Amino acid sequence: MDSILPIIYLFAALGFILAIKWMNHPSTARRGVIIGEIGMLLAVIGTLLRAEVHLDWILAGLAIGSAIGAPLAYLMPMTAVPQLTALSHAFGALASALIGTAEYYKETPHGFTMGALAAETLLGFLTTTASIIAFGKLQEILPTRPLTYKGQNVISFIVLGGAVVLGVMLTAGWSDPWMFPAFIGFALMFGIMLVTPIGGADMPTVIALLNSSAGVAAAAMGFVLDNRLLIIAGALNGTAGLLLSIIMCKAMNRSFTNVLFGAFGQVTAGAAAGQAVQRPVRSATPEEAAAILDASSSVIIIPGYGMAVAQAQHKIREMYDLLTRRGVNVRFAIHPVAGRMPGHMNVLLAEADIPYDKLLEMDEINGDFPMTDVALVVGANDVVNPLARSKQDSPIAGMPILDADKARSVMIIKRGMSPGFAGIDNELYYMDKTLMLFGDAKGFVTNIVKELGSNHH
Amino acid sequence: MNHSYEFGLYVFMLAAFLGWELVKRVSPLLHTPLMSLSNAISAIAVVGAIALTGDKTATTLIRTLAFIALITATINVVAGYLITDRMLKMFRKREPAAPSEGERK
Repeated sequence: MDSILPIIYLFAALGFILAIKWMNHPSTARRGVIIGEIGMLLAVIGTLLRAEVHLDWILAGLAIGSAIGAPLAYLMPMTAVPQLTALSHAFGALASALIGTAEYYKETPHGFTMGALAAETLLGFLTTTASIIAFGKLQEILPTRPLTYKGQNVISFIVLGGAVVLGVMLTAGWSDPWMFPAFIGFALMFGIMLVTPIGGADMPTVIALLNSSAGVAAAAMGFVLDNRLLIIAGALNGTAGLLLSIIMCKAMNRSFTNVLFGAFGQVTAGAAAGQAVQRPVRSATPEEAAAILDASSSVIIIPGYGMAVAQAQHKIREMYDLLTRRGVNVRFAIHPVAGRMPGHMNVLLAEADIPYDKLLEMDEINGDFPMTDVALVVGANDVVNPLARSKQDSPIAGMPILDADKARSVMIIKRGMSPGFAGIDNELYYMDKTLMLFGDAKGFVTNIVKELGSNHH
Repeated sequence: MNHSYEFGLYVFMLAAFLGWELVKRVSPLLHTPLMSLSNAISAIAVVGAIALTGDKTATTLIRTLAFIALITATINVVAGYLITDRMLKMFRKREPAAPSEGERK
């Protein structure tokens, strides 16, 4: 058996690599999931066959885990995907951390193995608590605004420093009984302190980073257990998360440090909120909006987190159908950081059955705005703010935006005139060609749909 | 334990580069399912939990920790793969009938 297991692991690794490869396109992606599942199944069965004792415990553990995991995946509504992902990260990272802890008490290793074990345990525990806080914020059990206090970053660094120093001491061969529990304590605390000051709209970067750290923890476990399959799977996940978080940061023209330690959208939000209301805007009723949409030949819809909150995607699909049937070319422009996790908008619109070839990323569609009759913004704000291009000292300066302001006319569905996450006024609202459609996204689109449905040509 | 960690580091480096090149090619459409899939893959930590739970030298403390890890890793594996598949099922191209309807004006 011992000679077959490495071969099984090799095939499992191949399955994982193909799974990621086939994610490159929607037409092959489901095949990717299947090959990934086969890889996992092979590895689990192979490992099961080598278990010496307590097969009953192992099977019970697998059964309990499946009994919790399957309903979680099937019963959560699609709008809750960011929360579910955060929760998943917490479970995976906790597993790595607990195995690291168990290995420590089993072997009390030193040198390279202990270094890897310390990395595994540190990343595992901090990712666990950080993901739980992220889950709380996304589920709105915890306040989504950044929670800050004076000297916060200093205290966070002291806690992280404490964990790192203890990790180094353990690696160097110290093994006082208090050390490892204290190390765990610092790791858990740092995870909480890392995510508490981060605001809701920065969640895409944070979730991607936690995804990455959960992966690196698994890879570190691979070094502890001398298991190449773990190293490969962890490295794949580690780089996937890292690359996604880099994409998110670039899409906001901000650095990791600024996202993690900048407490963005906190101070400025209060300062700008008061003065924003004064300037005149033009607004329109659902009837007027429907008439304009009906008369246009091309429409680009720009969804944001507000669409997810209002659950407006299904009504938008109805509007999309009615307009498309009348020959209007309707497409969607997706900003990389729209929503609460990478790709969030795409999942919601796909759930509403909008064909994925109508969902276009920023670079693909930005050139088309000048030839477009209507840019319809639904629940997005900072990602269409022209100030990002013009005003050098604004918090979103240099952030790549969707060029909604270049369309022939602009309509914005919004509850009121409050500023977005970055806490600054949006110039787009005050342009001559802009119509504000005040109301709840779902309610307003419902009224547009009614209007479009009633006046059949 | 004879740890071939130098070999492990080579494997890590090559897998990280491979991951980078593969993920770069993933359509932004699928960034959410990519994240849940890669997370499910890294829950391969479940094999460590299985080995440790079934290790005859393990003490009660170690076996308990490993058993909890086994449960949480399995949750991660099962939920991760199922939600990825559930999301991917929704990504559809336009139904064949629709384009002809859209083109007439």
